[in-house]
Amino acid sequence: MSNYNKKVLKYFLNPKNRGKIKKADGTGMVGNPVCGDLMKIYIKVFKNKKGEEIIKDIGFETLGCVAAVASSSITTEIAKGKTLKQALKISRDDIVKELTGLPKEKVHCSVLANQALKKAIENYYSKLPASTTTSSKTSSRSTFTKSTTSTRSRSH
Amino acid sequence: MKKIYLDNAATTQIDKRVLRAMTPYLTYKYGNPMSLHSFGREALKGIEQAREKIANFFNCEKEEIYFTSGATESNNWVIKGVIEVSKQAKPHIITSSIEHHCVLESCENVDAEITYIKPNKEGVVSVDDIKKAIKKNTVLISIMYVNNEIGTVQPIKEIAKIKGSILFHTDATQAINYFDCNVKKLGVDFLSMSGHKIYGPKGVGLLYIKNKSLISSIQQGGSQELGLRAGTHNVPGIVGLGKAIELIEKDYSNILQLRNYLISRILKEVPLSSLNGSLKHRSPNNANFSFKNIEGESLLFLLDKEGIACSTGSACSTGSLEASHVLLAIGLSPEQAHGSLRITLGKYITKKEIDIVIEKIKKSISKLRKLSGSVLEEYEQLQ
Repeated sequence: MSNYNKKVLKYFLNPKNRGKIKKADGTGMVGNPVCGDLMKIYIKVFKNKKGEEIIKDIGFETLGCVAAVASSSITTEIAKGKTLKQALKISRDDIVKELTGLPKEKVHCSVLANQALKKAIENYYSKLPASTTTSSKTSSRSTFTKSTTSTRSRSH
Repeated sequence: MKKIYLDNAATTQIDKRVLRAMTPYLTYKYGNPMSLHSFGREALKGIEQAREKIANFFNCEKEEIYFTSGATESNNWVIKGVIEVSKQAKPHIITSSIEHHCVLESCENVDAEITYIKPNKEGVVSVDDIKKAIKKNTVLISIMYVNNEIGTVQPIKEIAKIKGSILFHTDATQAINYFDCNVKKLGVDFLSMSGHKIYGPKGVGLLYIKNKSLISSIQQGGSQELGLRAGTHNVPGIVGLGKAIELIEKDYSNILQLRNYLISRILKEVPLSSLNGSLKHRSPNNANFSFKNIEGESLLFLLDKEGIACSTGSACSTGSLEASHVLLAIGLSPEQAHGSLRITLGKYITKKEIDIVIEKIKKSISKLRKLSGSVLEEYEQLQ
């Protein structure tokens, strides 16, 4: 078994933002049961007075190892209250750093959490009427394509 | 918190009587058995007495027992040593796809053609399939006696009947505690085992060799073990191995009863649970379950947190990307293999402990299922 640090174990044992969100504005599912991890992130978005889109609520469902659960949990914590633009910038390194490190063979699990979040945001944008799309849509699209390709390639 | 150990297929707790037998050889009887002086003779006596007990257990000659560092070395030795002396230009080996990695990887590392026999869904290899796989150039059949993950028992005696003049090896590491290991009755030419699976010490094991002219040594530089296995004897280990074999209990009804109790309660009380491998052809100490919507490493961690030690076939527990080759070979889907839990009982387990374990498993599974929600069902619907 991998040697996890205290913070990872804390998030695994007491995960934050667990579970589905009903009538979510965006959802993103990533992973593959072949490698053992499946993850789905739900987001609720609202616009503040400046017109920025904020992640008001976020939830996750994860079937996976200790690292996958802890990464999902911490990702939702980092993303909550952030604007969509800020949330899209959350990187794998940010997640690992926030967990104060993951065992080497487990770093790939943190990629899933960040991909699921990006996919959920992309899903939110895709539901908007065409006129309201912003520049961040293009950037998130490219991430989306990349992430789905990498997930699919693992199933072969 | 009292810890509960249920990973006896990985290793066992040393029996105090074994330790007591070893202590003199770890302290004042420290001679090298190859030395001619009294220290050496004393150590030699220790290993030869152990060899005699062991030969008795296997119903073979003392000279047919070769001490090694454990079953991994013994398995490497058989495969590499037999291929080296084989007169075939391209020798052929028959083995199964559920062998221990040390057999599978040794096969990959010799210049031979390999046939991997797939077991049935119950985890048992068919004698007929082996018979059909035999070719003119087949020099070795290597089939384990009891599988280490799902505990299924392979038809060793039956394979011996159809093997003809082909050499036959069995890795009996998981069988010693519970099954007849009389090599004459089994009809094997080679047998491997390890000390630490039978309440003995780690770092010692043996290879039974019926005819030493049919195998070469893979380790040179000393005349130990009739010149076939160089290296100073692990004297305390060998003495411990002898004692451990002497102490093997014929009556395992308590373990069997507790194991059956565990299986029936888990299957009844945990929704979406199943048993992997045949219940009938199974080692009395093994239970291997799959739980839907569960990933094994997470489950192992929650149980470990409660002081309970088990094992899983999930890839995540080892850092590899592939789930257990044994569970996949018996037809489980990767997600079923990832959701597996292996519980292997030992002679020190009590009913009270099994009751605690059942409750903790139920609690842990319900916690993890709250985390995974319906994500697997949704994924399956999308496929």
